[in-house]
Amino acid sequence: MSEQPETYAATAEVGAVRKRRTRLERIGLLLKSAPPSAWFGMIVVALYILVAIFADVIAPYGEAQIHPVPFAPWSDEFIFGTDQIGRDVLTRLIYGARNTMGIALATTILSFLIGGGLGLVAAINRSWLDQALSRFVDVLMAIPSLIFALMLLSIFGSTITSLIMIIAVLDSTRVFRLTRSVAVNVAVMDYVEAAKLRGEGLGWIMRREILPNIMPPLVAEFGLRFCFVFLTIAALSFLGVGIQPPTADWGSMVRANASLIQFAKYDITAAITPLLPAAAIALLTVAVNFIVDWFLQKTSGLRE
Amino acid sequence: MNPVLSTILKRLGLGIATLFVVSAIIFSSISMLPGDFSEAVLGQAATKDTVAAFRKELGLDKPAPVRYFEWVGSVLQGDLGTSFSGRNASGQDRSRQVVDLVMPRLWNTLFLAGVTALIAVPLALFLGLTAALYRNTAYDRIVNAATLTTISTPEFFVAYILILFLASLWPVFPSLANIDASTALGERLYRVALPALTLTLVIVAHMMRMTRAAIINLLASPYIEMARLKGASQSEIILKHALPNAWAPIATVIAFNLAYLVVGVVVVEVVFVYPGIGQLMVDAVTSRDIPVVQACALIFAATYILLNLTADIIGIVTNPRLLHPR
Repeated sequence: MSEQPETYAATAEVGAVRKRRTRLERIGLLLKSAPPSAWFGMIVVALYILVAIFADVIAPYGEAQIHPVPFAPWSDEFIFGTDQIGRDVLTRLIYGARNTMGIALATTILSFLIGGGLGLVAAINRSWLDQALSRFVDVLMAIPSLIFALMLLSIFGSTITSLIMIIAVLDSTRVFRLTRSVAVNVAVMDYVEAAKLRGEGLGWIMRREILPNIMPPLVAEFGLRFCFVFLTIAALSFLGVGIQPPTADWGSMVRANASLIQFAKYDITAAITPLLPAAAIALLTVAVNFIVDWFLQKTSGLRE
Repeated sequence: MNPVLSTILKRLGLGIATLFVVSAIIFSSISMLPGDFSEAVLGQAATKDTVAAFRKELGLDKPAPVRYFEWVGSVLQGDLGTSFSGRNASGQDRSRQVVDLVMPRLWNTLFLAGVTALIAVPLALFLGLTAALYRNTAYDRIVNAATLTTISTPEFFVAYILILFLASLWPVFPSLANIDASTALGERLYRVALPALTLTLVIVAHMMRMTRAAIINLLASPYIEMARLKGASQSEIILKHALPNAWAPIATVIAFNLAYLVVGVVVVEVVFVYPGIGQLMVDAVTSRDIPVVQACALIFAATYILLNLTADIIGIVTNPRLLHPR
């Protein structure tokens, strides 16, 4: 019978309470607390990403493969029928996920690099550079971005590169505003001052001192901006000046098959065909909005 | 000088300055064009003389600042230049004045936007006020969920769903809104019903949510609590105490959304083949008819800036606190 000595060790007690969770466990706990709407959003987004990545495997036909029957009805061979020149609609939908989402994602990332970077520099610098950038952004924001994008596209032509560049630059104005306004509050903190006195460079202060502290609003903004960019690209493609055929894209698919709606009385499935890509766009935007809502509530308790 | 007046004048000056910078950006877009565009406009077979004459007509032989002021001068006199389309290689010129292309379509667009605003603004204010009044009830939640859905959907989705139900399955309204100058007012209203309804659904959502948020923000302030403590009824609090202070944010919301209407109109006009300025702009972008694009962009930008200016001025006039700037 061995007697347990009644010793007290502070480290033991602290260690017992502060059981360090692995990153995986923390993510699991976080997910458990997610409301149903956020779950719905995450599942939808995950499905979209899977479809986009494995488009080649899932799609029954090739992206621009043309079948002999245009406007074929829904059948086993063509689940959602074929479009105006005989391409399988389901295949185009699947490839459209990859193209539209890929381009929107690239645009959003680029606009955050431009807008976020310049916003941070303006917030730290606060000199003529800040003034010049802010006034310039004011002017850019005085023109509706869709109109500006249309004008620039008429000049540079509707290639995917110019589409990404134009929308990224126009969208970066919003990112700049947000980054600057949240970073200004952080940039006056003592520890930033200390880093400056220590002789750290601009890059270090941006990355190591300020950026970690303004991450939550930026991440939420990333989701909202992605939706906005996604809708803008869809609208431009719908107008026929965005992503050009034969690249599959949801916006132009709606336009190309829109005439089918008038046959709704005879064949309801034909009328639904042009609505499928539009519904795909709407579903993704709603899903991302749900996730952003939950994230905002989680990180700051601020809503609307 | 009266502080209200000076604030308004300052804001007006800023607006005009913005308009000038914007016009300079729109103008300079033409010089960003690749150098061979006269060939693209006139065709491959264009002779040297035709190209030279075309460049001279555009004034490309003069320095840019001179061209800019000439352009602004002629725009102010109502001359928006000549369209690129209708020209050909032999120097024959069947092109039309941009003003002749733009003006009739501008009226059509203003008509559509006006009809939409007449329906949407009162509806949004009513929904926003009642949602704030009965907040956290089932009514509030339903209105909120419905508006969140319409916000996240692209305009053309809303438009096609309306076409599917109201024009195709149950033909109540025509799906093509083709009107011309001779169409009578009643017929016009009937034809623009679906485009106006689409735009209404899109902007009511924004306006209603922002109105609701503005009112609810105010309801949290101490003077509202005071009114509540002295026993004022809920509707009295909203209408007599909260609303007067909410006019500035609500005016901003309305102007912001009318400005948004200016943009939304482009997509909706294309869906319903409505002969408005948005469709003209899209066609011009497709055919790279730069003078028309510039004219449309200028009109859209000016409308946008003017609406935001109006909102600011209404905000200044209705808010007593802004009258005493510190």
